[in-house]
Amino acid sequence: MAKTKSKKSELTKEKMLHMHRLMLDIRNFDHKVNRLVRKGVIPGMTHFSIGEEAANVGAIGAINAGSDLITSNHRGHGQSIALEIDLNGMMAEIMGKATGTCKGKGGSMHIADLDGGNLGANGIVGGGMGMAVGAALTQKMKNTGKIVLCCFGDGACNEGTFHETLNIASIWKLPVIFYSINNLYGISTPIKDVINVDYNYQRACAYGIPGHFIEDGNDLLAVYNKFEEIVQYVRDGNGPVLVEAITYRWLGHSTSDPGKYRTKKEVDEWKQKDPIDRFKKYLLENKIATAQEIEAIEKASEDAVEESVKFALSSPEPSLESAFEDIFAD
Amino acid sequence: MENNTKIMSVRDAIIMAMSEEMRRDENVFLMGEDVGIFGGDFGTSVGMLEEFGQERVRDTPISENAISGAAIGAAMTGMRPIVDVTFMDFIVYMMDNIVNQAAKTRYMFGGKGQIPVVFRAAAGGGVGSAAQHSQSLEAWFTHIPGLKVIAPGTPADVKGLLKAAVRDNNPVIFLEYKAQYNMKGEVPLDPEFVLPIGKADIKKEGKDVTVITYGRMLERVMQAANEVEEAEGVSVEVVDLRTLAPLDKESVLESVKKTGKVLLVNDAHKTGGFIGEVAAMIAESDAFDYLDGRILRLAGEDVPIPYNQTLEAAMIPNVERIKKYILKLVNNR
Repeated sequence: MAKTKSKKSELTKEKMLHMHRLMLDIRNFDHKVNRLVRKGVIPGMTHFSIGEEAANVGAIGAINAGSDLITSNHRGHGQSIALEIDLNGMMAEIMGKATGTCKGKGGSMHIADLDGGNLGANGIVGGGMGMAVGAALTQKMKNTGKIVLCCFGDGACNEGTFHETLNIASIWKLPVIFYSINNLYGISTPIKDVINVDYNYQRACAYGIPGHFIEDGNDLLAVYNKFEEIVQYVRDGNGPVLVEAITYRWLGHSTSDPGKYRTKKEVDEWKQKDPIDRFKKYLLENKIATAQEIEAIEKASEDAVEESVKFALSSPEPSLESAFEDIFAD
Repeated sequence: MENNTKIMSVRDAIIMAMSEEMRRDENVFLMGEDVGIFGGDFGTSVGMLEEFGQERVRDTPISENAISGAAIGAAMTGMRPIVDVTFMDFIVYMMDNIVNQAAKTRYMFGGKGQIPVVFRAAAGGGVGSAAQHSQSLEAWFTHIPGLKVIAPGTPADVKGLLKAAVRDNNPVIFLEYKAQYNMKGEVPLDPEFVLPIGKADIKKEGKDVTVITYGRMLERVMQAANEVEEAEGVSVEVVDLRTLAPLDKESVLESVKKTGKVLLVNDAHKTGGFIGEVAAMIAESDAFDYLDGRILRLAGEDVPIPYNQTLEAAMIPNVERIKKYILKLVNNR
């Protein structure tokens, strides 16, 4: 097991345990969804955040939940849960139920929580970047003091929109953090094969903005501490930042991925760098929490996910008429 | 309530509509390439930078993807942006944001959020700009649920419908015609002059034949209708759709039932063009039983717009051909 390199954090115990809980929720939720997909209970397309919990929770934990905004991508379960979405509604959405976050019309790739500051997952790679820039423009024009965290994968950095949005955000000095969660592959394509620099964060210099690198994106406190600094910089009106964290998805790209492009050895090595195990060890070794306290959190997380499944299974299907609703606003 | 009107150009009607809306609502702002000191590539924001400043008359880089994405994100979070797309041909660079994001977001989110954004696009040819600067691409957008598409043909309709588009809580594609920015007409000065989206306008009443059109072709259809009426005694009813999505089916069908003869005219390419959809809608409806002839379409030819002015003019319906088609219908030929 890799050691966490972080200095002892000044975070409160409550905050650390809360972040641990959110990582567990992501892990348990996605394992459950994966099982339900394989059992045929969930019919639709899903992408999992297992293995990437620290990269999500550490970043989103550093913004002001409920006031700052995020945009998310197709692999958005981790981001939605890190921003504390209602798990019942999210599970019901993935099952396509009327009680789902989006009334069963969006599914896994379009989970959104506008009231909670999540402007939505997105089925188009790079699709959230323009929206993030626009949301940041609103904050600047209205002088709200809020910032926008734009989450995307390594693959999105090769879309044209990456260049256009980083450029426009930098000339307008918008309060937006461009956050590339680099899990090393775009479906089967290694990111190293499709960029001519070592890492995407190095491209920040092309826009005259800071580029930050989180080499160990599975270290919750490393991610959190770096983001705390970046969030302050952006909130202070210094303009956008590009950040990249290295992490790994344990499961396939989606549930239909045979996984031929990477070895079992590689996957197993990454599982040794499990962000949740590592943070648990940190909490225990530094006597921040007792084993009993952590067990209680683990149990509460499992229960919450079980509860979400019960809620979703017992929820009604949407009516056929509802397919014709919600196209236009009044 | 002001009842005064003034003769003004389409360009000035656009500036008036946007300026009035920006005075009324501080969330409304204009963004696009060259909208500031240049006053818009077609002069449609002249003087606005001076009144509203560079925050609200916002020059952008040449980045259609970022412009459209930013407009949508701003709209989702409480602003009401107007995007000057300039040439409609460049909207192709914005398609993902308009089609995959703006049109679908509210639906995918189960009715949460709204995207009040207007994309003003200069459509059509007539100014010698060749194939990449002369297209009318409205049919690409009418095909997509979640978008409203407006294509007015008079300065007054431009003002009233542009204001309606800005006040609408949905993404709107607003067609302007680059050949008609200087076209003049009477425009109400009342800042509350707002026309309903989704209502056609009977621009001329008649009993022998219905001509359905919109946008740039309205001017030519009106001239043709008046000339055949005078020369041949044919009474032509002109239905100006004004809004393509949502389509005012009722007004269309009512006119068809009244005259029993239909000609549809637009400047866009014939194949897959919007008037084909209107023709199909008529053919499927009970108005079909009132027809006493074929439904005819007169549209732009299925060729890229050529540069040569004589060739270009020949690719788009003109007054003579519209008259010929009207007479063809009336004489059942």
